[in-house]
Amino acid sequence: MVTTKEISTSLSASVDWKKVREDFPILKREVNGKPLVYLDNAASSQKPKQVIDAIVHYYSHYNANVHRGVHTLSQEGTHAFEASRLLVKEFINASKTEEVIFTKGTTGAINLLAYSWGRKYIQEGDEILISQLEHHSNIVPWQMLCEGKKATLKIVPINEKGELIWDKFLQLLSDKTKLISVAHISNALGPVNPVKNIIQEAHQRNILVHIDGAQAAPHQKIDVQDMDCDFYTFSGHKMCGPTGIGILYGKEKWLEEMPPFEGGGEMIKTVSFEKTIYNDLPFKFEAGTPHIEGAIVLGDAIKYLTGIGLENISKREHELLHLATKELNSLDGIRLIGTAAEKSSVLSFLVGDIHPFDMGTILDKMGVAVRTGHHCCQPLMAWFDIPGTVRASFSFYNNENDIDRLIEAVKKAIKMLS
Amino acid sequence: MASMVEIEKELEEDFALFDDWEGKYDYLIGLGKDLPLIDDKYKTDEYIVRGCQSRVWLHAANNGDFVFYSADSDAIITKGLVALLVKVLNGQKAEEIAHADLSFIDRIGLKEHLSPNRSNGLVSMIKQMKLYALALTKH
Repeated sequence: MVTTKEISTSLSASVDWKKVREDFPILKREVNGKPLVYLDNAASSQKPKQVIDAIVHYYSHYNANVHRGVHTLSQEGTHAFEASRLLVKEFINASKTEEVIFTKGTTGAINLLAYSWGRKYIQEGDEILISQLEHHSNIVPWQMLCEGKKATLKIVPINEKGELIWDKFLQLLSDKTKLISVAHISNALGPVNPVKNIIQEAHQRNILVHIDGAQAAPHQKIDVQDMDCDFYTFSGHKMCGPTGIGILYGKEKWLEEMPPFEGGGEMIKTVSFEKTIYNDLPFKFEAGTPHIEGAIVLGDAIKYLTGIGLENISKREHELLHLATKELNSLDGIRLIGTAAEKSSVLSFLVGDIHPFDMGTILDKMGVAVRTGHHCCQPLMAWFDIPGTVRASFSFYNNENDIDRLIEAVKKAIKMLS
Repeated sequence: MASMVEIEKELEEDFALFDDWEGKYDYLIGLGKDLPLIDDKYKTDEYIVRGCQSRVWLHAANNGDFVFYSADSDAIITKGLVALLVKVLNGQKAEEIAHADLSFIDRIGLKEHLSPNRSNGLVSMIKQMKLYALALTKH
């Protein structure tokens, strides 16, 4: 009998990762005289030539405004735009393309949600539940909403591994709770939250759930129907696509009820000075000329990722994470921040009392790009009582040599900074 | 008291002795050890330089037209950077500090610290030091 583990091992082994890496032209450049080692994938991923070529192809062949013109270019552009929406729908297994809204990114999507859904449904005294792990993008829009509505933002605490404390989560649910908004995966520390269980508990109490999928969509298969989340948001640029494009997925019944976020062209059916009739989904939420190139090329990024296979990607990134964790742990004075049992390919760490900024500066001189600081998670850093961390985040196009180079650079930094 | 230009030139010569980044950074970290340390009572939020990834506390006092800085940071490269500025600006006339050029930082090979990146505090430190000097000229 073949186990699941064996199947996934053989899957990952079947991909020629060396060849995959060749797809990323930027990885051939040098930084400070050394070949680039890019380990800041949680901030933004690099782009394969298939995606870069698709941008050039778009502007060279069918650049025109969408959903408007009767001319051929506009029709071709519109076709490609809507074809991409279909790809996104399939990528996350939404039930309809109407449930897929193009936004500027995860941040844009969460703001849309907070403004549109929040303004309609949140009343004085209501509660919105987020977690200690959240990115500022999943804190501030809710904070702004709560301030305006005299509602309360409640925080699910975490344990020292960076995992949500389940009992506390349950205790915080009440009949005042109207929405739970949590990250699928924490950007700063990498733990994968038990979103399915969260959603089940919420739905038993008629509470809606938004999942911030910015760190999950690039790394694992997303199935919004299986998860049964009410809303799911993610960004193109973290998953090999362009910047400035992201997705708000929402169940059709909620999106139908929500008022438009921005007014303008595209989102209307008819306009008179007396009354405007809003357009149908998804256009109701897409006022103005959209980021056409971004939306179309996001489709190419999706084709690229699914061509490799999200399972393969997940498996490969876990291999890299485990190797890097093992190697890093063998160094003296290493403190890993975030050691959840289920973890994505993010490695946040500190060494002795070396400041993350100092470490990041030396690593950069060694050609190794990592993120240092609070990772847009100041409340989380405050909880750990640390100024920030050094974060190495891996993508499937990284390799064992990148990890060797990271370790070598960390050793050099320790020598120079201790 | 040497002029700003003289001190900058001296620093440029010192840094030129190192032909690789490691030497330059070792030297920069070493400069941090000579930094006139800020009195603990000023190590409060009020004296923090905004815009730095590490914490930098900066205090300025004057003796007539001349400005004297003290500072500290929890990151040692940042501490070296602020020490570099203090070395050039300390004891200079407020008026001159407010108009200081400071492009020597580029010339000594620390250009990356001048990029307008939010993780980078050097630009904020320079701005804060000049603001202190400007405030003192107005008193």
